[in-house]
Amino acid sequence: RQVSLIRQSLFDQGFLDEQFIQLEELGDDANPNFVEEVVSLYYRDSVRLIHNLEQALEKSPLDYNKLDEYMHQFKGSSSSIGAKKVKAECTQFKEFCMAEYREGCMRTFQQVKREYTTLKKKLEAYFQV
Amino acid sequence: MIMDEKRGSFSCEDGYMDRFPIGMRVLAVDDDPICLKLLDNLLRKCQYQVTTTNQAITALKMLRENRNNFDLIISDVNMPDMDGFKLLELVGLEMDLPVIMISAHSDTKLVMKGITHGAVDYLLKPPRIEELKNIWQHVIRKKKTDPRDQNKSTSHDKALTDTGENGHVAATTGSGDQSGRANRKRKDQDEDEEEEGEEEGLENEDSNSQKKPRVVWSVDLHKKFVQAVNQLGLGNEFFTQKEVLLAVPKKILDLMNVEGLTRENVASHLQKYRLYLKRISNVANQQANMVAALGGKDSYLRMGSLDGFGDYRNITRPGRLSNTVLSSYTPGGMLGRLNSPAFLTLRGITSSGLIQPGHSQTLSNSLSALGKLQSAVVPDQRANLFQVNQLPQNKSTTLGDFNRLNDPTGFTVAPSFPDTGVTDGSSSNSVPTVSGNPLMLQVNPQQPHSKEAFGDQSSLCVASLIPESFDFCVRDPSNFLDHNRCNDSWQGAVQLSKFPSNSLSLTEPFSHDPLLPNNLRDNVSLASSHIGNNPMDFSSSMAVSEPLADSRVDIQGHTGLIGNVIQNYATKQRWEEHRPDYRSSLNNSFSPVNSLVSPNAFSVPLSESMNQRHTVSSKKFDASLFGQLNGRSSIVQHTEVGKSDLDTRLRSNEEYLLEQTKSQEGFVQNESLDDIMSAIIKRV
Repeated sequence: RQVSLIRQSLFDQGFLDEQFIQLEELGDDANPNFVEEVVSLYYRDSVRLIHNLEQALEKSPLDYNKLDEYMHQFKGSSSSIGAKKVKAECTQFKEFCMAEYREGCMRTFQQVKREYTTLKKKLEAYFQV
Repeated sequence: MIMDEKRGSFSCEDGYMDRFPIGMRVLAVDDDPICLKLLDNLLRKCQYQVTTTNQAITALKMLRENRNNFDLIISDVNMPDMDGFKLLELVGLEMDLPVIMISAHSDTKLVMKGITHGAVDYLLKPPRIEELKNIWQHVIRKKKTDPRDQNKSTSHDKALTDTGENGHVAATTGSGDQSGRANRKRKDQDEDEEEEGEEEGLENEDSNSQKKPRVVWSVDLHKKFVQAVNQLGLGNEFFTQKEVLLAVPKKILDLMNVEGLTRENVASHLQKYRLYLKRISNVANQQANMVAALGGKDSYLRMGSLDGFGDYRNITRPGRLSNTVLSSYTPGGMLGRLNSPAFLTLRGITSSGLIQPGHSQTLSNSLSALGKLQSAVVPDQRANLFQVNQLPQNKSTTLGDFNRLNDPTGFTVAPSFPDTGVTDGSSSNSVPTVSGNPLMLQVNPQQPHSKEAFGDQSSLCVASLIPESFDFCVRDPSNFLDHNRCNDSWQGAVQLSKFPSNSLSLTEPFSHDPLLPNNLRDNVSLASSHIGNNPMDFSSSMAVSEPLADSRVDIQGHTGLIGNVIQNYATKQRWEEHRPDYRSSLNNSFSPVNSLVSPNAFSVPLSESMNQRHTVSSKKFDASLFGQLNGRSSIVQHTEVGKSDLDTRLRSNEEYLLEQTKSQEGFVQNESLDDIMSAIIKRV
């Protein structure tokens, strides 16, 4: 089935991890669309977090603590839905924050956004099926 | 036990275990909506009853409203409105509920911080159902260690070494607070092994499950601590908020000059102390009225365990109290996760002065003194009535004097009481005479050390109990440390004296004194044995203010301890729970006590106050107490207030107390108590 194929590819390609499966398992008769709900919530809420990060990254000099804080939140959310690649980029970002490596942060943040958007599209496609 | 009926008695041990862990009530706090939603669902999948909030403040509010509504809390570490660790600490201190931290950070330091702040576990995000399925163990563990092993804790504590913060501390480490709960400690150790091993509760409750060695803040040690703090400050009897707030741990450490003690130990103890003071001050506020009536003698009882500043007994007037001197009990442990914030506010009665000749007067004096103390405290939230070193511990004297308490004249407050033993690390001595001093009024000016949560500190006036509690505490060094223990006794001790003065004080909202119930119990047990006539203590304090802090009632077994000090705090919620226990213990203890207080008098005020404060049906408690009191001395119980909590606490306290009392010499004070009570009552 197409659905399961898409789903499987998401895992195989490393977009999602087992946390996503946990979400799926939480769905039941009472909550058939639990995963979808959570993912939607994530994409809604993360807009705010990403915005915070973008704003913080425009500052000069960079407030690495703040950045780390924001990213931490974002990472937490991302990991809650099983967004594996996004989470990996977040971790990288945090490392650069610790090192106070500005360029590294900037670069990684772009990657974070990229992964974030990619996943969003894929999940949207997946849910529609 | 009267349990929180809301949830089908989960809080009730009896009916609880049937379905437990199914239906366990969890409160989840996380600012991340995704994670919160996830937690919500995961927990529901585990068949728990879940309440969620994305604000720590809301969570606290819910918990304060009724601690018994929840069994376990899961909290995120990073939250915008409040630091997760702070919430953790507050919950531990006020409600003594198990708290699990959850975070995306797996940083060792953070995990350690969680442990030191008393978390029972630390989970990583994203939350997984496998882990959540087992979290109920923490609830059981806490319950188990709480009421049962009190005996063990002592030794256990000693065995523990503080691995957390310091390598070795001279004092026995371990959950000092636990003194009351010897069991706990021991259990902790055992459990520690099995558990995640993360818990390291410096506080009493938590410590149970943890094995980590902790600095045991013995009476002596705490005394030194307070002395040091005093020195840093103006050296006044009373701690002012500022002094305590500005106290620098390093300096305190240096002043204390205790080998093996680290700055971290001191810092954490100081933190607790501040919280305690804050709490007391809240209570004090409420008590102010009462104190006025009482004559203002505040005797602070020091409860042993530092962790919880269980009983802070303020010894308002050294002179007065000198005899009874309740050494201010440094709340050492109390703050931590004080399970039983036993803040006993002993109204001045304790001061031997009170009891002695012209007892009524003295009593009133002391009471007034107490009141003043409280009022003083009150205004300044932080100000603590806590006089740690002020009270000259007259251990020896007080004890002996206690006997005098039995004087028909009534107030023979054993001047020796002073030794409230509490402060005295060596314990045992000071307290022993507790019996003589029912007047131990404890004003617990709790200084809400920046912890709003503490809100009201209920100062329990343990009129009669004091002696007992002190004794209790003092006697046993471990007791001392065990705030819980002492606290229990004291806390429960609601000062009757207070009541007479004003039931008003009672009205103070019990903010949350989760500990109270426990305390009450203990106190009750002790009190009963000791005081006999300490009915006073109860209710008044409880009702008065939330802060009843953990009025532990040491009423236990001792001859008619009436003075079940009811912890105001606990009363709020605990009362209900403990009520049943209380009643029984009270009954016992009360018998000897004459109706010092007219039940009506008290009850009325109490109910009024109580209503104001807590919705909890303290009524029950009151009723029971009253009955008892009437018999002998009426003990006002405000238990209504925070019954549920109290109940539980009381229960535990009682148990604790019982144990304690056994070892104690038994206070005698029934007679004196009665007298005192009557005096007080008359005054009102």
